[in-house]
Amino acid sequence: MSSKGVPLFPEAASTFASNVDSLYLFIVAVSVFFGVAVIIAMVAFGIIFKQKKPGEVGERIEGNLALELLWSIIPTIISMVMFGWGAQAFFEMRVPPAETMTVYAVGKQWMWKFQHPEGNREINELHVPVGKAVKVLITSEDVLHSLYFPSFRTKMDAIPGRYTQLWFEATKTGTFHIFCTEYCGTNHSGMIGSVVVMEPMEYQTWLAGGSTGGTLAERGEKLFSELACSTCHMDNGQGRGPSLVNIVGATAELADGTTVVRDENYLRESIINSQAKILKGYQPLMPAFQGLINEENLVALIEYVKTKSPAAKATPPPAAAPAATTDGMQTPAPTGGKN
Amino acid sequence: MLDTLKLPEHHYLNDGYGLKSWLLTKDHKRIAMMYLISISIMFALGGFFAAGVRLELMTPQGDLFLADTYNKFFTMHGVVMVFFFLIPSTPAVLGNFLIPPMIGAKDLAFPRINLLSLYIFWLGAAFFFYALFSGGVDTGWTFYTPFSSFSSNTNVIPVALGVFISGFSSILTGLNFIVTIHRMRAPGLTWFKLPLFVWAHYATSLIQVLGTPVVAITIIMVFVERAFGFGIFDPVRGGDPVLFQHLFWFYSHPAVYIMIVPALGVMSELISTFTRKTIFGYSFVAFSSLAIAVFGFIVWAHHMFVAGISPYSALVFSFLSFSVAIPSAVKVFNWTATLWKGSISFEPPMLYAYGFMGLFLVGGLTGLFLATLGTDIHLHDTYFVVAHFHYIMVGGAIMGYIGGIHFWWPKMTGRMYSEFGARMSAILVFVGFNLTFFPQFILGYMGMPRRYHAYPDEFQVLNIMSSAGAGVLGIGYLLPVIYLTYSLTRGKAAGPNPWGASGLEWQTQSPPVTANFTEPPVVPAEPYEYTPHVAREANLV
Amino acid sequence: MSNAVAHADAHGHAVHHPQLQHHFDTMQQQKEASTFGMWLFLLTEVLFFGGIFFAYLLYRMWYFDAFAEASRDLDLMLGGFNTVVLIGSSLTMAFAVRSAQTGSSSGTVRWLILTMILGAVFLGVKVVEYSHKFEVGHVPGPNFHSTSPWAAQEQIFYSLYFTMTGLHAVHMIVGIVILAIITRMAAQGKFNESYHTPVEMTGLYWHFVDLVWIYLFPLLYLVERHN
Repeated sequence: MSSKGVPLFPEAASTFASNVDSLYLFIVAVSVFFGVAVIIAMVAFGIIFKQKKPGEVGERIEGNLALELLWSIIPTIISMVMFGWGAQAFFEMRVPPAETMTVYAVGKQWMWKFQHPEGNREINELHVPVGKAVKVLITSEDVLHSLYFPSFRTKMDAIPGRYTQLWFEATKTGTFHIFCTEYCGTNHSGMIGSVVVMEPMEYQTWLAGGSTGGTLAERGEKLFSELACSTCHMDNGQGRGPSLVNIVGATAELADGTTVVRDENYLRESIINSQAKILKGYQPLMPAFQGLINEENLVALIEYVKTKSPAAKATPPPAAAPAATTDGMQTPAPTGGKN
Repeated sequence: MLDTLKLPEHHYLNDGYGLKSWLLTKDHKRIAMMYLISISIMFALGGFFAAGVRLELMTPQGDLFLADTYNKFFTMHGVVMVFFFLIPSTPAVLGNFLIPPMIGAKDLAFPRINLLSLYIFWLGAAFFFYALFSGGVDTGWTFYTPFSSFSSNTNVIPVALGVFISGFSSILTGLNFIVTIHRMRAPGLTWFKLPLFVWAHYATSLIQVLGTPVVAITIIMVFVERAFGFGIFDPVRGGDPVLFQHLFWFYSHPAVYIMIVPALGVMSELISTFTRKTIFGYSFVAFSSLAIAVFGFIVWAHHMFVAGISPYSALVFSFLSFSVAIPSAVKVFNWTATLWKGSISFEPPMLYAYGFMGLFLVGGLTGLFLATLGTDIHLHDTYFVVAHFHYIMVGGAIMGYIGGIHFWWPKMTGRMYSEFGARMSAILVFVGFNLTFFPQFILGYMGMPRRYHAYPDEFQVLNIMSSAGAGVLGIGYLLPVIYLTYSLTRGKAAGPNPWGASGLEWQTQSPPVTANFTEPPVVPAEPYEYTPHVAREANLV
Repeated sequence: MSNAVAHADAHGHAVHHPQLQHHFDTMQQQKEASTFGMWLFLLTEVLFFGGIFFAYLLYRMWYFDAFAEASRDLDLMLGGFNTVVLIGSSLTMAFAVRSAQTGSSSGTVRWLILTMILGAVFLGVKVVEYSHKFEVGHVPGPNFHSTSPWAAQEQIFYSLYFTMTGLHAVHMIVGIVILAIITRMAAQGKFNESYHTPVEMTGLYWHFVDLVWIYLFPLLYLVERHN
């Protein structure tokens, strides 16, 4: 397996990769231009104005305001262009389209565990279909890691305690590198793998062949009853806890008056640290499951709860809540929409 | 017209002999020389770790060291080079030695605090050596949590304490410089007559004083987590590992300006002297040092674009990061303009200045790729970043420091050194440096991550080039040790002003007397005054 | 204005004040440099404590309930008493400086000793508070013990509590040591109307340490106490 592309660049295999490459080349061009200009001036002046006889001094020139303004303003303008283009490329890379398939990635010393909603689990390998937007929800079981796809030109840190996300749409089939790019200890450089991009038909075949234990949501449903969540969280809202129907992506009011968007991070936190965000009108009765559920099962539970909000995927809410919530730990609402 | 100059009879080096006269000295010049020896030792140690890293990276497999050993090597390379070499370097050696004579003073404002600062440095280094000899540390010089607080099995605490302690050395130096520059200038020496070296150190001192305490408290927080099991960054208890990064980079970004701004000050002195001209745009260059110090404090999260910060905050920090590039560009343009209609010669310090300009240019321009969000996502934590910061830290800061050493060596020791050796060294360093680090830009874009013990085969050719360059670079750094040491006993006497430079420090003998001046120096009407008389004087050497 | 004692002309230059260090030109310059230096140092201390204050403010925002509950378990009486003691010690310190400025060595010594006593009282009370916390298992880490639903985040509160007050206590200890040295110098008659800078600088430092506590006390002890 390899990702050998042109020697200077890895293969450009995602929808936004070529934009990143063009931006890169633009900055190279600007840098080469100014770099060469200054170096030529330095060399030329060094030759032309060489000291001709001992005791000769240079001409006393204090400065020139026009020149100072010129070489302050022009770099500023060029910087703004770089910033603008960079910001555009960045938002392209960080805001997934409305319709994406989701994959969960859990980094752990020293491997990547991927889970598909259909139930397939992979280690250090990720199969995806070409031409489809894929959103990866990432977390870590221990220390910081970072999920990096050089051929897609994107990466995002894996942070223990919360979900982060990245998205991509592969444009070529093939096998490309996955690297961990946040130092995580002994086998950091061994925490590598491949992303295998397949034609949609092949991908379906692969999917069908691999899952044991049902889809993520099915596993989640089993856990939901095993862990007695269903005792309090009844669909009809009669239980001691709120109903979980049609809640994902919606904004809700908390007991302390603030509001929160109920996304994957909120769901995860509410399971692990259930006292953190009590919904208005409810008592702090839910036990905290910190240390009792591992990341993979958390993901299964969340996927199950998401099946109770079928509309959530199609209509992403605006990420208006951040100002109102007091939880800085939330990533921008990962259920799509403006990030 | 003198045939041979002789060393003056009384100077600071022979003003008292014996260990006590050095270890209990209040003389800023002796303290500077002790710093010179101390940080040279640390530089050699850091270089040793670098050699280990580059040797391992010649092959794709991790076959030279165990993974843990390699991780310790790159960690300790970073810790030693950043905290025990670069941060002190120019300020503790050249700043300490030169600021008082440059402003016409007898010493810094607080000579005993200066000595204390040296002792604190030694104490911090001692903690580091203790950690080294009891197994080393493998967290990376950045100590990210939770790895450093909960996961690493190595001697994090002694290294953290060593860095914490050495931070006070830095704070006290900065404090000393600020008060000295404000309060001890000779009569008539107004701010805008000061050498730009002094402006640069003033700006650096502001950063040292304001930024270092924040990393100090951050280290304390990691220390209590690790030593007592407290929870501040622990995600299990609701702590945020990203908070560590904010606190850490709030210092560590300004820290990189502590490392480069003094070298920028050296550059102004070198360019002015060897063009025999005042620096073009003096006030712009002076203010640009202050601007870098100020802007340097508001860009820290550009190290965290992929750390899970909100995209809006990323936008803000990206925008602000361009602002800090502009003053640096202004300096480069002003130095280039200074060359115009100068009377230029290429003594070794000027070779270092030219080398600095070229390398600092590349380093600064490559920063643009990282400030730009669209490219940073791809390049973060790859070898592109490694190349970028080495161009600035090594190609810039170290070349500036060594160029400064070559420039002021005659003043500090009274001796001239082998010009041939010095030219060889400058060229070897320049060539070796580019060979070492330029391939790393390409490796970075190709996706090779940092801190990797082993890597995919396709990265090998560029890695071999890089390691070969490191060998050349090492020889380039070894040469000055030889010819500079040799010059101490065999070098020609330098006289007060071998380069025909301006600046009050050149009005006194070489080496200076303990009180710096035997008679009050003459404050010039303008900074960087060159007259044919002064220049002619120089060529008597 | 000079009580400058004639200084033995061993270095062969004009008479100057015995406390004038040789790299300074005048006592005025020396005093200004010392004062400037001390203020700068206090600025570094603001940044030092500021880092952990920032972490505190962030977590308090996120985990207010946990912080409120943990704060209620701190002893308000002892904390309040300590606040009064420390403010009192700043008062005695100010009087010590005044005595030095008016050339009263015995007054200076008396007020400095009083300041040290009050400082020691403060530290004694903190020892009492810390040991109580140790007994009830509120020291974060493996021995932490709480039945509150917010137990995990309470550990963050206590981690910050111990670190912040611990660092403050270290500063107080250093301050008391410095006070002891200055007291000895005062007892030896080293200070007078024209030279008492070390007393003033110590005063600045001591007032700063007091000021840090004045921020720490409400932030740590008074979270949602009105309920």
